[in-house]
Amino acid sequence: MEFSEAVVSDHQLARLLQIGIVLEEVVEARAEQHLETLEVETAHPAMIALLEDAAAESHEHRDQLAKLVKQLDAESTGYAEIETLVRERYARTKPDDFDDLLYDQLCNEETAYKFYDDLIEAIEASDAIFSIDRDALLSVLRTIREEEAEGVEDVARLMEELP
Amino acid sequence: MNTADQYLRALLLLERLEGPPVATGRLADVLEVSPASANEMIGKLADDAQVEHEKYRGTVLTDRGRERAEAVLQTYCILEHFLANVLGVEEYRHEAASLEAVIDETVAERLDTIIDRHDDCPSCFDVEADRCRYLGSDQLAD
Repeated sequence: MEFSEAVVSDHQLARLLQIGIVLEEVVEARAEQHLETLEVETAHPAMIALLEDAAAESHEHRDQLAKLVKQLDAESTGYAEIETLVRERYARTKPDDFDDLLYDQLCNEETAYKFYDDLIEAIEASDAIFSIDRDALLSVLRTIREEEAEGVEDVARLMEELP
Repeated sequence: MNTADQYLRALLLLERLEGPPVATGRLADVLEVSPASANEMIGKLADDAQVEHEKYRGTVLTDRGRERAEAVLQTYCILEHFLANVLGVEEYRHEAASLEAVIDETVAERLDTIIDRHDDCPSCFDVEADRCRYLGSDQLAD
């Protein structure tokens, strides 16, 4: 049974970055699904703005991760494929109301933050020499982590503000 | 997944495979650690009421420990399904084992929103094959 809390190879790093891309794709596709199912006339404009921002930010994050994956000579994942999976499973996991929708969004942001935090820790714990610049890699991941932390704060603030 | 989780999952799988109680030496063999290390961790898990340990007899999971072990195994199953069915990784068992320490339960729960698992997960885990029995030759039917 293997057990390692450090990232030890290019291959393992690329796979973790691919998982990050899929997480971002899930967030983006779910935010779009939420927007499609919201009744625009009754939904609070701040909630619509939050979902639109979340989708745009995830898109940007997956582009940044995809560049890193490419530098590692690995393939990224296709957004269309993940979007299809999200759509197929959405009915099963769809939030029931505005509160659930915000909670789902909070989980998205918290999960993404936790993922990047663990990944950064695993890279920092590793002595491996990667084929991409370690400092540049960590810089990108730390920036994304910071943006996820801000996202958590944004959703939490909106949860307090909305009636 | 932390080290305690790794022990709990190994205990669960050994209980399923060979029946309780699990001998400390057997657990140490499976985890590739020294019997002294295994003994130390068993002591910590016993203090936390996750296992009951009887000298010369072995270790048994408590209800609390079993619940935690099943959650850990479920996270592993999600990772295997995700790697095999979403990313199309052939060596998904090997890769799931090498990645699980970095993949938190909350992350696995998000990945779970795009995969299909059977309702009996993680009971479907085939201990000898070290994978979900719905993976491999008989893939999940969509």
